[in-house]
Amino acid sequence: MRRLNPSLVAGGLIVGLIVVMALVSFVWTPYDATLVDPVNRLAQPSWDHWFGTDKFGRDVLSQIMVGSRTTLFVGVVAVGVAAVIGVPLGILAAMARRWPAEIIMRTNDLLLAFPALLLAIMFGAVFGASTMTAMIAIGIASVPSFARVIRSGALQVMRTEYVLAARAAGRQPFPIAIRHVLPNVTSLITVQASVSFAIAVLAEAALSFLGYGTPPPTPSWGRMLQESQEFLFSAPRLAIFPGVAIAIAVLGFNLLGDGLRDRFDPKLEDRR
Amino acid sequence: MTDTPAAIQVVDVVRTYTRPRTSLLRPAPVVRALRGVNLEVKEGERFGIVGESGCGKSTLLRIIAALDHATSGHVVVEGTDITRLPERRLRFLRENLQLVFQDPMSSLDPRMRVRDIIAEPLVVQGHPASGARVRELLEAVGLSADAGDRYPHQFSGGQRQRISIARALAPRPRILIADEPVSALDVSVRAQVLNLISDLVDELNLTLVFVSHDLSVVKHVCDRVAVMNAGQIVETGFTGDVYAAPQHPYTQRLVSAIPTLHRALAGATTTDLLAAKGEPG
Repeated sequence: MRRLNPSLVAGGLIVGLIVVMALVSFVWTPYDATLVDPVNRLAQPSWDHWFGTDKFGRDVLSQIMVGSRTTLFVGVVAVGVAAVIGVPLGILAAMARRWPAEIIMRTNDLLLAFPALLLAIMFGAVFGASTMTAMIAIGIASVPSFARVIRSGALQVMRTEYVLAARAAGRQPFPIAIRHVLPNVTSLITVQASVSFAIAVLAEAALSFLGYGTPPPTPSWGRMLQESQEFLFSAPRLAIFPGVAIAIAVLGFNLLGDGLRDRFDPKLEDRR
Repeated sequence: MTDTPAAIQVVDVVRTYTRPRTSLLRPAPVVRALRGVNLEVKEGERFGIVGESGCGKSTLLRIIAALDHATSGHVVVEGTDITRLPERRLRFLRENLQLVFQDPMSSLDPRMRVRDIIAEPLVVQGHPASGARVRELLEAVGLSADAGDRYPHQFSGGQRQRISIARALAPRPRILIADEPVSALDVSVRAQVLNLISDLVDELNLTLVFVSHDLSVVKHVCDRVAVMNAGQIVETGFTGDVYAAPQHPYTQRLVSAIPTLHRALAGATTTDLLAAKGEPG
């Protein structure tokens, strides 16, 4: 049997845990995550409130559980947007003639030079701050890295003899892209998706922290951090819990990406 | 032989590639892969092309198969000049000319089942009822019928080459082009694959263009042979004649470098063989 790859297992476990947490939050949370309870403001962690309560008396654990939905939702949509635009663009750049390909890739570089957060803040300013704007902006900002990775993979596929054989049989470029190129870059897509997911989680937290992401009252890890600022010295746990949640989520998706990369890399075949 | 119509005519074909610039001031370097190649392959002939790696053999094949364009010159296949034809008018070529490639690892799509790989030319060209045809082809190349359900990585190099051959024969081509089909294989399976190609060419009355860097392999399969060196054909003739009395110095070197049993027993190496001709290896 193949030896299991430790980063793949660790990443898979962490990501699995977050997914389970998000799913459970739909049917059960210790308290209503948005329930204001003035009597129990800033309560210490206890059996009633495992992670304590915030300045409005809302249960922190419940907020973190519900917040994981936002995190996952943002990640899925952002990565989806990035993949849906970036993958065809990368394949097109690999298969197009020299000049169209150059134009695609140089435009891509231009977008790559733009920081994702700046783009998202700009979007937020123009279209109004919301989870949707944040997701789309993060997605668009992730397009260039997708296009770049997929292009390099597609270039390799285009050089193979099975593509030559397909052309010799009379296959047109579009069917070659669908039948040969796309299936042979799926591993790259998976790896890039998990890495982009980690970046999207972090970006959503940063945007919400800055007030350009998820608006209240929907719980979001980034906004929990922001709201904890004024109590940083009196109640540091309010910053620690969402902060650790973000760190673990980002770590999980990065580990998953690394693990998948090793899993799919033929050069590491012997070490498996 | 002179009355037989030509299957492939190559007239003055030149192919140059422009490499990416290395300096802002100097012009981009140009690589001349083919420098005026002329050859004619008769219908039903087994034509060999030999030459060392990098001499332009594969470029020539790609141009004949219309997978690459000549910089100048003409290629005529079965009476039609294909040199400047757009892809949509190459259907006759795609049906009548098929290729077998060198690398058994890269010539089959790892994500496709063998059955779909072999059926690909049939599907593309709109031939019906490909299931029975695939089984027939698998049998013709000596593979069991259940091989169709498996993936390429489950086969050995020799078996993969058989799958490649089956794919090439699927659309019932009249011309088969083999680009070093056995050079990536173990010596033990080379003869099997060579014999398979040879038998199928006879059985199906194919015109064969067989490219190799190995003279002894070409000798085994081909009637006529062209010797290529540095993008040009230096000598053409019947295989037996070229072997017995090579005219061009390059051919003489190639022929003398073929290891033979009695030289090998005398302890000679390739370096010795080349040194004997006054060319240190």
